[in-house]
Amino acid sequence: MNAISRYFKSLLLIELGQGLLLTLKYFFRPKFTINYPEEKTPKSNRFRGLHALRRYPNGEERCIACKLCEAVCPALAITIDSTQRDDGTRRTTRYDIDLFKCIYCGFCEESCPVDSIVETDILEYHFENRGEHIMTKDKLLAIGDRFEESIADNRRQDAAYR
Amino acid sequence: MSAEIEQAVEQAVDMVNIEVNGIPLEAPKGSMIIEATDKAGIEIPRFCYHPKLSIAANCRMCLVDVEKMPKPVPACATPVMEGMKVYTESRRAMDAQHGVMEFLLINHPLDCPICDQGGECELQDQAMGYGRSVSRFTERKRVVKDKDVGPLVQTEMTRCIHCTRCVRFLEEIAGTSEMGGAGRGDRLEIGTCVQNSINSELSGNVIDICPVGALTNKPFRFQARAWELMARPSLAAHDGVGSCLFHHVRRGEILRTVPRENEATNESWLSDRDRYSHIGLYSDDRVTAPQVKQNGEWKSVSWDEAAATVARILRDAIETHGAEQVGMLMSPSASTEEYFLAQRLLRRSGCNNIDHRLRQQDFTDDAAPVAGAPFAKKIAGIERSDAILLVGSNPREEAPLIGHRVRQAWRKGAKISLVNPLNWEFTFDTSLDAIVAPQFMVSELAALAAAVEKSSGVSAPGFLRSVLDGAAGQERHEALAGRLQQASGGLVLLGQFALMHPDASWLRALSAYVAEATGSALNTLSHGGNAAGARLAGALPNRGPGGSEAAAGLNVSQMLEDPRKCYVLWGIEPEYDIDNPARVMSALQKAESVISVVSHATDSLREISSVILPLAPLAESEGSLVNLDGAGMNFKAAGKAPGDARPGWKILRRLGGEMGLEGFQQVRIDDVMADMQSEVESADTPDGGVTLQAPAYQEGLYRIGELPMYSIDPLCRRSEPLQQTEQANNMFLGLNPEDAGRIGLDDGAMARVRQGDHSAELEVKVTARVPPGGAWLRSATCSTRELGPAVAPLTVEVA
Repeated sequence: MNAISRYFKSLLLIELGQGLLLTLKYFFRPKFTINYPEEKTPKSNRFRGLHALRRYPNGEERCIACKLCEAVCPALAITIDSTQRDDGTRRTTRYDIDLFKCIYCGFCEESCPVDSIVETDILEYHFENRGEHIMTKDKLLAIGDRFEESIADNRRQDAAYR
Repeated sequence: MSAEIEQAVEQAVDMVNIEVNGIPLEAPKGSMIIEATDKAGIEIPRFCYHPKLSIAANCRMCLVDVEKMPKPVPACATPVMEGMKVYTESRRAMDAQHGVMEFLLINHPLDCPICDQGGECELQDQAMGYGRSVSRFTERKRVVKDKDVGPLVQTEMTRCIHCTRCVRFLEEIAGTSEMGGAGRGDRLEIGTCVQNSINSELSGNVIDICPVGALTNKPFRFQARAWELMARPSLAAHDGVGSCLFHHVRRGEILRTVPRENEATNESWLSDRDRYSHIGLYSDDRVTAPQVKQNGEWKSVSWDEAAATVARILRDAIETHGAEQVGMLMSPSASTEEYFLAQRLLRRSGCNNIDHRLRQQDFTDDAAPVAGAPFAKKIAGIERSDAILLVGSNPREEAPLIGHRVRQAWRKGAKISLVNPLNWEFTFDTSLDAIVAPQFMVSELAALAAAVEKSSGVSAPGFLRSVLDGAAGQERHEALAGRLQQASGGLVLLGQFALMHPDASWLRALSAYVAEATGSALNTLSHGGNAAGARLAGALPNRGPGGSEAAAGLNVSQMLEDPRKCYVLWGIEPEYDIDNPARVMSALQKAESVISVVSHATDSLREISSVILPLAPLAESEGSLVNLDGAGMNFKAAGKAPGDARPGWKILRRLGGEMGLEGFQQVRIDDVMADMQSEVESADTPDGGVTLQAPAYQEGLYRIGELPMYSIDPLCRRSEPLQQTEQANNMFLGLNPEDAGRIGLDDGAMARVRQGDHSAELEVKVTARVPPGGAWLRSATCSTRELGPAVAPLTVEVA
């Protein structure tokens, strides 16, 4: 019995017709392909993209050089040197993230006691020269300064679930 | 040694049987529960208990449940009793421990991320085990103002949990009692007694014993986390104790130093000098590449070129002027293997002019047979002495941990007396003291020796007669002689000042006689970290490895008195590290070539040198030391030597090969050690007689050229925190009120001191610490680096 039905299915190209029918159905449906980069998909507020170092509203950097992010980083992508700043506070003199090593797991922002290191929702970046993949403290702070609003907004939305 | 004693003690005392968590244990009668559980590896949380300190029982963290006791009891202060049943993990014990932890955290800030102790904090660890996950307190926390206690220790007193370990340490171990608690209850504040810094030479240890982040390492502050650091075992070479330590290293750089426990040497302590001198490794004038002077210009070269240049210089000097025109001066803190290869290099080139006793003036007893280890009574045994005589010694500064041992002896009831040139501040009481200017030290000791001879009936060796016969013993000397004789464990400690004395051999001979006749031990506290190793390896002009006979070469004094054509300097800065800097510099300037194998080069060293080879100091090198007990201790490199700096034995191996000498084919340091071992074992030591000339002194003041404790070697001098301490204040001239009045100098006035053609201007400090006839003018400092010998006549006038 099975053999006979299989014979007719293949003879009449029924399965091919079914496949083409599906294609035809999608042909008349609204398209969900977007025209990147003019159009973009929505992102979760928990998206883990490029890193940034944040500041307090008074302009003081948040990072206190506790080195928890450096310790927790599974890819050993973070390197921190710290010292006592002239005002006696504990500060970093070097805060490097090697983006080639980073696996964007988000442990660093999770471990940060002062919400200093964060992963922003920026995913579009590239490097043109050797060495640019090392995000230095200045670069990270600059990103933080520039995108503070969206970083803060994302944190606010997620605050209830943290 | 100490383990044997412990065992013997254990057998001697009664043992009682207790049961902890159902496990039967045996503990000596009178010991505390916590000691028994620690030994058995049963964990009891604690903050205030420290095995080396007295019991305070004020943190209450170690509360345990004991059967038939109405309440939980502190394990650190409850003696064991026969049949006692202890439960450390019962409901009642756990409740008590959790409660105490909650109370401790009421006022302790929860800012571990910015605390320097984070990651190595006893409170943090124990809060994980015994604390709640959420605080129930919403009230404000107490804030305590920080104290500035000096350049070595950083305070953060808000974090203090009042365990009083630091207070007890400074009172019991360091003996300076510089900290205390003021107020009570939650207003109790730990601080320095009088708004002062902590000046103890052992102050760094409060950092280690502080269970929280209240006292931390100031130079290391906020540099690194405990988990980033590799602990590399090493040794300290600033004194002969051979303190064991860990260098904490990150990416090859030594960031801090902490003690490594060794009961025979440093127990669990470390002197500040050993703890903070590694900072000197990273000073700006570190030599990182071999350099050759060409037409007055310094040029960095490869090792190949440098080695060839040095070999050529040495060969030329030997060929044109003769081998005896070469002289080698070695630091007393080099490794034994360096001494061994250096003396082999020189001796196989036909030269015997090698010496490490750079601060010694008097070499008349050189022919005397080589004695055993410098310490006849072991370091750990000093505590059990019952009478101690210090001759020309300030053990607190010369070897802080020896000073600590002497203090422990005093705490156990030992009587301590002095024959010293300065009334140094000690942490123990002394009696029957003689504080006399250097020119009277020999006669003072002779008077004691005469009294000893009279009371003991042991006749003194003939060569001492010339001073003994004239010596008139007073009552004081007789009392002291009697005290030493009655002591069952007497000790005569001959210090570094005595070795710098122009009649050091007299002091040594008299001390040896006093020790022998009274049945005491004679301990000689030599300079540097490895003087015993230098002697063993044969870095002496008249002795080869193991004290074997060697053709007589020139000692350091003769080498400089009659300048050589070529000098090799090993690990030293000539203007600081050799006695009589004026003579040293003029001799080196006259030399045709000076080869400096150093870790750091000052401008004056660059001026006199022709070649500078970069040497990796002990912390970055490998080899072994011999400490004052005569114990050999091996060490491996902890830090990474910068640039082209190399361990000394490799430099010497290279030079030996370059000069075409036999015996420089070692591949590993073990080969050098084996090589030395075989030479030492086959050595036979000759006996030589000693004749001493009766000492003669000039009229007038004698310089008391005490060696400041933080100026003893290039590393200490470059450690900024150490240089900021009270002990590093060297710019003064101390005079007895009598002498100052005669010269017409007041406290604070400027005086001009003269030694031969050289003079210096210094501020006067009029103090009764200086005996009449003495002038307290420290050596190895920048204000005195152009003057003459450390202990010698000098004139003082109003500037």
